[in-house]
Amino acid sequence: MRPLLLKGGRVIDPSRNADDVADVLLEDGRIAAVGRNVGTPDGAEVLDVQGRVVAPGLVDVHVHLREPGQEDLETIATGSASAVAGGFTSICAMPNTDPVCDNQGVVGFVIAQAQRAAKARVYPIGAVTLGQKGQQLAEFGELVGAGAVAVSDDGKPVATAHMMRTALEYARTFGIPVADHCEDMSLATGGAMHEGIVSTRMGLKGIPAAAEEVMVARDILLAELTGGHVHLCHMSTRGSVELIRRAKERGIRVTAEACPHHFSLTHEACVGYNTNAKMNPPLREAEDVDAIREGLKDGTIDCVATDHAPHHYDAKEREFDDAPNGIIGLETALGLSITELVGRGLLTLPQLLYRMSTAPARIFNLPAGTLATGAPADLVVIDPGVKWTVQPETFLSKSRNTPFAGRELTGRAELTIVRGQVAFRRTP
Amino acid sequence: MADVPALGKDLTALEHLTAGQLRLILDTAEPFKEVSERQIKKVPALRGRTIVNLFFEASTRTRISFEFAEKRLSADTVSIASSGSSVSKGETLVDTARNLEAMRIDMVVIRHHASGSAEFLGNRIRSNVINAGDGKHEHPTQGLLDILTLRDKFGRIEGLKVAICGDVLHSRVARSNIWGLTKLGAEVAVCGPASLLPRNVEELGVTVIPRIEDAIAWADALNVLRLQLERMQSGFIPSLREYNRVFGLTVDRLERAPKDLVIMHPGPMNRGVEIDSGVADGPHSVILPQVTNGVAVRMAVLYLLAGGSPDWSQQGGGEA
Repeated sequence: MRPLLLKGGRVIDPSRNADDVADVLLEDGRIAAVGRNVGTPDGAEVLDVQGRVVAPGLVDVHVHLREPGQEDLETIATGSASAVAGGFTSICAMPNTDPVCDNQGVVGFVIAQAQRAAKARVYPIGAVTLGQKGQQLAEFGELVGAGAVAVSDDGKPVATAHMMRTALEYARTFGIPVADHCEDMSLATGGAMHEGIVSTRMGLKGIPAAAEEVMVARDILLAELTGGHVHLCHMSTRGSVELIRRAKERGIRVTAEACPHHFSLTHEACVGYNTNAKMNPPLREAEDVDAIREGLKDGTIDCVATDHAPHHYDAKEREFDDAPNGIIGLETALGLSITELVGRGLLTLPQLLYRMSTAPARIFNLPAGTLATGAPADLVVIDPGVKWTVQPETFLSKSRNTPFAGRELTGRAELTIVRGQVAFRRTP
Repeated sequence: MADVPALGKDLTALEHLTAGQLRLILDTAEPFKEVSERQIKKVPALRGRTIVNLFFEASTRTRISFEFAEKRLSADTVSIASSGSSVSKGETLVDTARNLEAMRIDMVVIRHHASGSAEFLGNRIRSNVINAGDGKHEHPTQGLLDILTLRDKFGRIEGLKVAICGDVLHSRVARSNIWGLTKLGAEVAVCGPASLLPRNVEELGVTVIPRIEDAIAWADALNVLRLQLERMQSGFIPSLREYNRVFGLTVDRLERAPKDLVIMHPGPMNRGVEIDSGVADGPHSVILPQVTNGVAVRMAVLYLLAGGSPDWSQQGGGEA
């Protein structure tokens, strides 16, 4: 493998609070040197990245890759290709596949498929309960042994407090977080969007903010009880942010993620029965969007995650009630985050990159999110100022379901390097 | 026929109409009332037009009313129910509609259990689409016939106080009434148990009156909504008996009204639940005139969407 020298870029390494113009030398799949004029080894490929940002590859701890079971929507190959096109070098695959990733066999399959695809690194998340049915705990020890980095029943909540308590306690043994889909189904069942004035106008059953907050509150208390690490997925409401802020003040082991759509859009996006704005948790109100942004700014929300959820266009071409939840996000996340968070002055670019690489890597104990010498050579080269228009037909994902088609964004990945090799290069 | 349709392509929601368009429909309905009183109930206004009535939900009143309206305008019509059609074989709504359109139809009247289905369809086919009730969203022709009935009774809508009583949460009739009445200058209140009122409903420009006695004291007219009997099982109210005792429009309550009220109900009624028989059959009820007006309003909507001039009787439409 030829050494690779990225020359003259603005190197932002949130793991070391570094932000300097420097060269980055990659050798043997590792970061060999970072600094000024590191010199060019014999045979090295040199890439001039002046005017670009060089950062640790982005990390997405919440992705649905649909394989095994729904390969018509996405495969591990297309999903990980979509990831590197979005600047992500490490992604965590949620276990709600068919079969569910609740045993070491499926974990091994996901890892093997990712190695064949050779795009982003894919870390499986195992199920909390067998079949995600909420009845019997999955074998965390075997899941972790096979390579799972967390457990989650994402797509649905862990319904009973007892099962969640047990999961948090048992997960402590293995030092993994329980990634928590917070939804009280008795409040949410049948709901198609956020409960508010828009659902009232549209005549759709709403999902109140309390459906999320009730579970956030419960699981914070259970994390306190057990000392386990709860990672709250896709936080969407102001009340959730406030609950997490207070929990962190009290030292409870809670971390949280937010999705770009929850800090970019409100429930107004559903008007006209736009099924590409249908997701779970639903798009909320302006004050919720503000609270999510504020939470990302002050660290109440630790990281950005996409909840990338591919669906076939036929499935979204339905009556709103019948359309499935979710949007794809890997190829719009960076642009939306730069536009909505950096562009509005809420975060600096280094702060954003911390929330998209270093912070999620630390929460899930992934070897990522740093440009320290000797670290895996997973990097992204970003053009932070480029303006581009979202064109779903150009996505590498197999699916096209996004509410951001036609939206102009600022900033995107130009080059993504995984294991020291170019995994994605944007062609003009 | 006018070049520019006065209502646009579809009628999916009164929310999307202006006060001027609402008045146009009501005014157009006036001369159509008379057609139904003739011995030969037919005008040639829509002769040669093909209309499909696509009813995915059970309906008697609305479906028959649309069919009569279409036939009295001389349109060729077909009515399809979801059972006994390819929908029961799993065909999607949009595929059903595109197949119908491939047979060169002009209009679709759709009743569907999903909110937004009429708008969804209207955005995907070239034919005119009329919403005959979509889920919990709107039932625009019901709203229009209610408003026409009030206008018949009071001679005006502006300044009228109308209370919509009952299960507003699940009611498409309520939403269409709220939009139509407020746009035309009426004062609208909603009255019912809080568990059956939608979130932030006051932002639609209505007042919330929790108790039926207070609504009776306040209103000029009451529109009493049907209580779906399954609401008890799903936990919105404790029992039908209590609902009648606390929220029902009873003869006793009505007798204590400070003035004569006009009583409307979109049907089908649950006698003894949301409305007592003595009220429904009483002197203040306009429940049957509502049904009569339904045909005229639907004739007006069909006619206007087909591109008809508002002043239809002077366009050669008056001769059978």
